[in-house]
Amino acid sequence: MSDPLLSVRDLRTEFDTDAGVVRAVDGASFDVEAGETVCLVGESGSGKTVACESITRLIPTDSGSITGGEVRFDGTDLTELSGSALTEYRGNRIAHVFQNPQGALDDVYTVGEQVVETVRAHRDLDRSAAREEAIDLLDRVGIPDAADRIDDYPHSFSGGMKQRVVLAIALAGDPDLLIADEPTTALDVTIQAQILRLLGEIQDERGMGLLFVTHDLGVVAEIADRVVVMYAGKVMETGEVYELFENPAHPYTRALLDCLPGHGQAFDTIDGTTPDPTDPPDGCRFHPRCDHAVEDCRAGEQPAFAPVGDDHDAACVLYGDDHQPPLSFPEKHDD
Amino acid sequence: MTDEPLLSVRDLEKHYPVRSGLLRRVTDHVKAVDGISFDVHAGEVVGLVGESGCGKSTAATTLLHLEEPTGGSVQFRGETVADQSRSERKAFRRNAQVVFQDPDSAFDPQATVGESIADPLATHGLRDEQRQREIVADVLERIGLSADDADRYPHEFSGGQKQRVALARALVLDPDLLVADEPVSALDVSIQADILSLLADLRDELDLGILLISHDLDVVRQICDRVAVMYLGEIVEMGPTEALFENPQHPYTEGLLAAIPDPDPRNRGGTVELRGDVPDPIDPPSGCSFHPRCPQVIPPEEYEFADGEYRALLDFRLALREDDIDTARHDTATALREAYEVPETLTDDDAEAILDGAIDDVLGGDRERALDRLGAFATPCERDNPALQSTSERQSAACLRHTR
Repeated sequence: MSDPLLSVRDLRTEFDTDAGVVRAVDGASFDVEAGETVCLVGESGSGKTVACESITRLIPTDSGSITGGEVRFDGTDLTELSGSALTEYRGNRIAHVFQNPQGALDDVYTVGEQVVETVRAHRDLDRSAAREEAIDLLDRVGIPDAADRIDDYPHSFSGGMKQRVVLAIALAGDPDLLIADEPTTALDVTIQAQILRLLGEIQDERGMGLLFVTHDLGVVAEIADRVVVMYAGKVMETGEVYELFENPAHPYTRALLDCLPGHGQAFDTIDGTTPDPTDPPDGCRFHPRCDHAVEDCRAGEQPAFAPVGDDHDAACVLYGDDHQPPLSFPEKHDD
Repeated sequence: MTDEPLLSVRDLEKHYPVRSGLLRRVTDHVKAVDGISFDVHAGEVVGLVGESGCGKSTAATTLLHLEEPTGGSVQFRGETVADQSRSERKAFRRNAQVVFQDPDSAFDPQATVGESIADPLATHGLRDEQRQREIVADVLERIGLSADDADRYPHEFSGGQKQRVALARALVLDPDLLVADEPVSALDVSIQADILSLLADLRDELDLGILLISHDLDVVRQICDRVAVMYLGEIVEMGPTEALFENPQHPYTEGLLAAIPDPDPRNRGGTVELRGDVPDPIDPPSGCSFHPRCPQVIPPEEYEFADGEYRALLDFRLALREDDIDTARHDTATALREAYEVPETLTDDDAEAILDGAIDDVLGGDRERALDRLGAFATPCERDNPALQSTSERQSAACLRHTR
C-alpha cells in the first residue's frame, strides 16, 4: 500500500498554563488516506481539536508547542517546516473549517470579496476570473442565486449558509485534505444533515481526504470510513467504522457507545470525570473510570496498541499478551 | 397525575416590535411565540422541542412572566398569573423555578455554592442561618452531591456537577414546577444522562412538573412523558413521547426525526431531508409556515403529479418569487429544470403546458408573467394556516393533510 496522505505519528503538543504543563496531545498516531473520511472523536478535553490544529501548527504559539512526533503529509514532515514553508500548505493543500462560521468570516467585507481573495491567494487568476470561480464555488456549496448573493455581507446569511460560505473558502485552494472541526455542532439538526451530505458529495467529486473532528457518535456513524477515539490526550482505539461500532474493544469506546440513546441501558453514563490535564493518571488514562481495570492498568504508560480485528486496534491491556478479554468483549486477534 | 393541570398555557403570544427609521417607529413584529397552548401536570415532564429561532426559549420566559406576554394567558394551579397581586406573584416565583443551559454563568464565582443555594431562601424570608444550612445540606444530598460540598466554590465543580448545583438552587424553595431550558446542551454526552435521570427521579419523588426545553430530540425522548414540537412560534405537533417518535403526524416532526444522525453506520442516508432554512420570523410564509420546506406539501387538485414533481415545481416557483433564479447560469429550459430537479416533462399535460410557458417567460425576462402562470400551482398550504387537530386519542398535529 502506498503511503497515506496524512500520517500523524506519536504527536505531542503541550501548553504552558498557570496550573502547569498540559499535555493536550500526548503521543497520538493516526492516518488519513486520500478520499477517506476519518472521524476524530472524543469528549471535551480529549485533545481532538489540538491534535488537528497541530497538523498545520494553528495552535497558539505563545503558550503551546509541538514537542514531539511527526506529521507526514504527502511525504513531507510538516513539523520540520519553517513557518513560511508551512504557509504553502495551509489553505492550499490542507484547509480547515471550524465550528463557528461567524468567527471565520469578516463582517465588513462582502462574502464575494472574501471568497475572491482566497481564490486569488491560491490561484493565479485576474479579478473577474476569480469572481467567476467564486460564484462557481458558492453555487457548488448550495448558496441559492450565488451570482447575486456574492455581493451580500455575511450578516445577511443564516448560520447554515455561513458555514456553506466557509466551506466554499476552504475549497478555493482545491485542498487534498480538509480538516473540519465540529463544523455542524453549532447548526440545527436539519441543517447539519444538509451540510454532511454536501461534504460527502464534494469529497466524492474531488477525492480529498477528510479529517472530521466531532463529539457526536451519530455523526461519526453517518460519515466515517475510519474512526479514531481520543481520551485525555491519548488515542484509545482506531478502527474501520462498522467494526468499531459493532465490536468496540476499548472499555472507553464501549462506555461512550452505551451513552447513546437506544444503546446500553437507559441513562447510561460514564462515572467519574475526565482527569486533571496537568496531572493525568499513570497507566491507562481511563483506568480510574473503567469497570474492567486490573492491576496492570494502573501503572506505567498508556498500554500499547493491540490488534483486535482487521485494521482495528485498541490501547488496552485486556488485549495485550498477558490477558484474556472478559466475556462479551471481542476476541483477541493475532495478526 | 391529577386532572387539574399545574400549568395551563393558552394561546400564549409574544410579539416583539421591530423599529426602524429615524423616529424608531414600530414597522413590524417578530412573532416569536404566536399562540401556543399546552398543559403541564404535576409529576410529568413535558418537552418543548424545535430548532433555533422557533421560539421555545421565549415561550419559557414568557410563561414564567419574566417577560410579559403580548397575548394569551397562563394559569398556575388554576389562577391566572397576569392577574396576580404582588404577594401572589412572589409565591408564583417561588413555586415555578427555572434552570438554564450554561451552569458556568449561573453562579457568583466568589460565593460558595452553599451561599448561592441559600440565596433564594433569604430572598423569600428565611434568614435563620442554621436552618438555611440544614435545607441546603438536604437539597445537595437529594441531587446527588454531599452536604460538605456547600463550602466549596463553583470552580471546584465539573460542568455536570455545576448543573446539579443549579438544580439544587432551583429546588431549594420546594417548587411545584421546574422549567429547564437546554439543561444538558453544554454537557458531554457521557454525563448528559446523569442530569436527565436526576430530573426523572425528581419528577417521581417530588411529584414535580417539569417543562424541558431542548433542540435535541434524543434528550427529550429519554425523559419526557409528552412532547410539543415548535416551528416558527407555533406548536405543530403534540403527543405522548413514544407515539410522537414512532408515528409522527406532522411532516416537520418527521423531517426533524429523520435528520438525527442514526448511531448505526449501516443505516446511512436514505431519509427525508428537509431543504432550505427556517424562514425569517419577521416575515413568515403565508398559510402553514412550514409549506416552503414541506416534503408532503399538498398539490392543487386540478392536476396529477408524480412523486416529487410537485415539490420541485413549488421550489421553482418559490425561488422565482424570491427572485433567486440565476438565468445567466441556467440559460436554457433544460438547465433550469435540472437546477430545480423538475422532470423534463411533467406527467400532467395541462401542468406541463403551463410550466413550459412559464419557463419561456423566465428565460425571456418576464418574471411577473411567469409568476402569474405558476399561480395555477398554488398549494392549499399557502392559503390556510391549519390549527392543531387531534389525529388520535392523545396526539394532535397542525397539518392540512389531517383536516381534509
